[in-house]
Amino acid sequence: MISLLLTAPFLLPLATALLTVLVPSGGARKGVAFGGALASLLVAACLVAEVASEGVLRVAIGGWEAPFGIELVADALSAAMVLITALVALLALLFQESDADPAETSGYFHPLFFVLIAGVGGTFVTGDLFNLYVWFEVMLLSALGLLAFGGRVRNLDATVKYFVLNATGTLAFLFAVAFLYAATGQLNFAALAEASRPDDAARWLPFVSLLLVAFLVKAGAFPVFSWLPASYPVLPAPVLALFAGLLTKVGVYALLRTAAHVFPTAPVIFFEILGWLSVFTMIVGALGAIYHYDVRRILAFHIVSQVGYMLFGIALHTQGAQVATAFYVLHHIAAKSNLFLLAAVVARTAGSYDLRRIGGLYAARPGLALLFLVSALSMVGVPPLSGFWAKLMLLREGIAEGRYVWTAAALLTGFLTLFSMMKIWFAAFLEAHPAGVDAPKPLARATPAYAAIACFATVTIALGLFPEPVLEFLARAFGASDPTEALASLAEGAR
Amino acid sequence: MKGRILVLEVAARFLHPLMMAAAVWVLLRGHDLPGGGFIGGLVAVCATALVSVARGAEAARASIPLGAPRLTAIGVGLAATSGLPALFADAPFLTHLWVELPLGFTQLSIGTPLLFDAGVFAVVFGALGGLLVSILAIDEEEAP
Amino acid sequence: MILALAVAAGAIVFAGVYLILSRDLLRMVVGVSILGYAANLALLASGRPEPGMKPAIVPEGLEALSSAAADPVPQALVLTSIVIGFALTCFSLVLVLAIQQRTGGADADALREVEPPPTHDHQPALVEEEP
Repeated sequence: MISLLLTAPFLLPLATALLTVLVPSGGARKGVAFGGALASLLVAACLVAEVASEGVLRVAIGGWEAPFGIELVADALSAAMVLITALVALLALLFQESDADPAETSGYFHPLFFVLIAGVGGTFVTGDLFNLYVWFEVMLLSALGLLAFGGRVRNLDATVKYFVLNATGTLAFLFAVAFLYAATGQLNFAALAEASRPDDAARWLPFVSLLLVAFLVKAGAFPVFSWLPASYPVLPAPVLALFAGLLTKVGVYALLRTAAHVFPTAPVIFFEILGWLSVFTMIVGALGAIYHYDVRRILAFHIVSQVGYMLFGIALHTQGAQVATAFYVLHHIAAKSNLFLLAAVVARTAGSYDLRRIGGLYAARPGLALLFLVSALSMVGVPPLSGFWAKLMLLREGIAEGRYVWTAAALLTGFLTLFSMMKIWFAAFLEAHPAGVDAPKPLARATPAYAAIACFATVTIALGLFPEPVLEFLARAFGASDPTEALASLAEGAR
Repeated sequence: MKGRILVLEVAARFLHPLMMAAAVWVLLRGHDLPGGGFIGGLVAVCATALVSVARGAEAARASIPLGAPRLTAIGVGLAATSGLPALFADAPFLTHLWVELPLGFTQLSIGTPLLFDAGVFAVVFGALGGLLVSILAIDEEEAP
Repeated sequence: MILALAVAAGAIVFAGVYLILSRDLLRMVVGVSILGYAANLALLASGRPEPGMKPAIVPEGLEALSSAAADPVPQALVLTSIVIGFALTCFSLVLVLAIQQRTGGADADALREVEPPPTHDHQPALVEEEP
């Protein structure tokens, strides 16, 4: 039973991917895809329920224990991430049914889509460093496939930019795996945590730094974020929402897992450097967003800036900050995916992604304007939306830890985010259309698009109104008040 | 295709089945001896490469059974299915189970690892064979 | 043995990084795959191979590896990463060949489809495509 629950996050999407290759007709393929996505969501909900009642779940694949085998582990953080992944996948598929910038479904769209989901799901449940690398590569390959999909020169251009930095990043990861195995003879997270406990923390610095480089590339952090705005704008809206919501957050998740559970005893200088990188990430991302007029590019730079907040939380290295970061990741996935879907509807209705070419949508689509405002203000951190709690907790931890400069940078970024979100909102909804045309082109199939958007908005509002149960659940992943106690319990499970 | 080499073309007709047989042999001996699905798959891709050099990318595409993407998908399916019996036997995913078949002259061990290996074989054959053919197709387009 | 592997891995990293820094896309992707071989070598070295080690095969009639056997884990890891690197190399070669074929060149700096250069008054270029 537990084995089934723990393998489902990657086995179910993988099985769906296979079936979509094998069924002949487009209609059946769609049915299989929705069936697979729904089943994944249900199983993810079961996983959350099981983790909530039973605590951390673990299974050694093939009955091979560490250090030879691969262990699958699901704690509260993994379970929550698996659940939101399944939700994003389902809603992206739903949005795909509308005519607002959908992907072409001919050929291998569905298989690539589900292999990507399988890769993301695999990263969240694995308890083994090398297996994490394998899932990263699965994600990388299917993401490259989705980027190159269609084969136009702009797709290929984006794919190259995505490929070179990300592949180099995963190779840094592979080097780190090699060195860590040479140093400890272990690859299991819990066993690595046990092995890295000795006093000479400085010894671990090179290995952890290599891991940091790999995860920063994945997360799209300063100074290795250039692949992100260079590749995301070519994607069709549903795939873009998936990439924007999940892929960079996988990097953040891996870093959070490493910092909180694998190398909590990493030297102080590691967190110091991470903190300063987070400051630059926040500000550079926000400044990039202010410069641009293409809605997708603005939102892509916002991903960078928001990843900065999450790195800030990881760098504070207190349990409160880690819980806040996990909550931030969940909030961000829901709000950011939704913003990209909203941008597609806005662009489809108004005729362009460029803010200098559109305007005056408020009169015709007040509901859309309101929905956009929900996600945009949540991103900024306006109460009572989800982003408010995420930011409040991070800033409070920052001040409590005496990191005034970092906290000030986070506050400043909040204002910059507000500025550029309002830039989109005013230009698209309030200001008159630059060409004087005010008749928007209605969507032919609007219901699926609005349904997906409304679901995401509901998640954002619900996380804002009832954050306690989610926070309580996430706090279990960062467990006991003393980090060494949490470590000991982890290591005990591994034995 | 610009220049076709007659000797190679004729030889490929004989060598292709031979290489495929060798690939399957490497696959089957793989569990206890050097060999296995990955290596067998590579041998099979070599056979495809031979066809594509001798008779062009189209012929090579046709020589991959079921078509490359479908073969890859079936391969992943086989490999993943090999882990499922373990779930019903209340063991962790991918725990491998064995059955001994007495065939009179020898004992044949059949187990889920063989299924897994066959899956890997199909994945490698399908994915790499498909990529190889598409690289060659680009090259042929370029030189009309 | 370890020293030889380390020197070799270092030399390969050097070659890989040198190629990645090139403006020619084909050199770039070849550089990435060469860098992958350095990582594979590092993985192999993590098993601390020494001359005279036996392969990690359980001898007939025994239940466990002998003490002189090599560590099997890095070998499994290397095999996996070779396969993945192989797939990535294949994909990236197809990608670059396709770009070369469609644009007639493979200069990384000339590839500005997604990020068009700003207009003369330093504003971002207008988005031309329709959603």
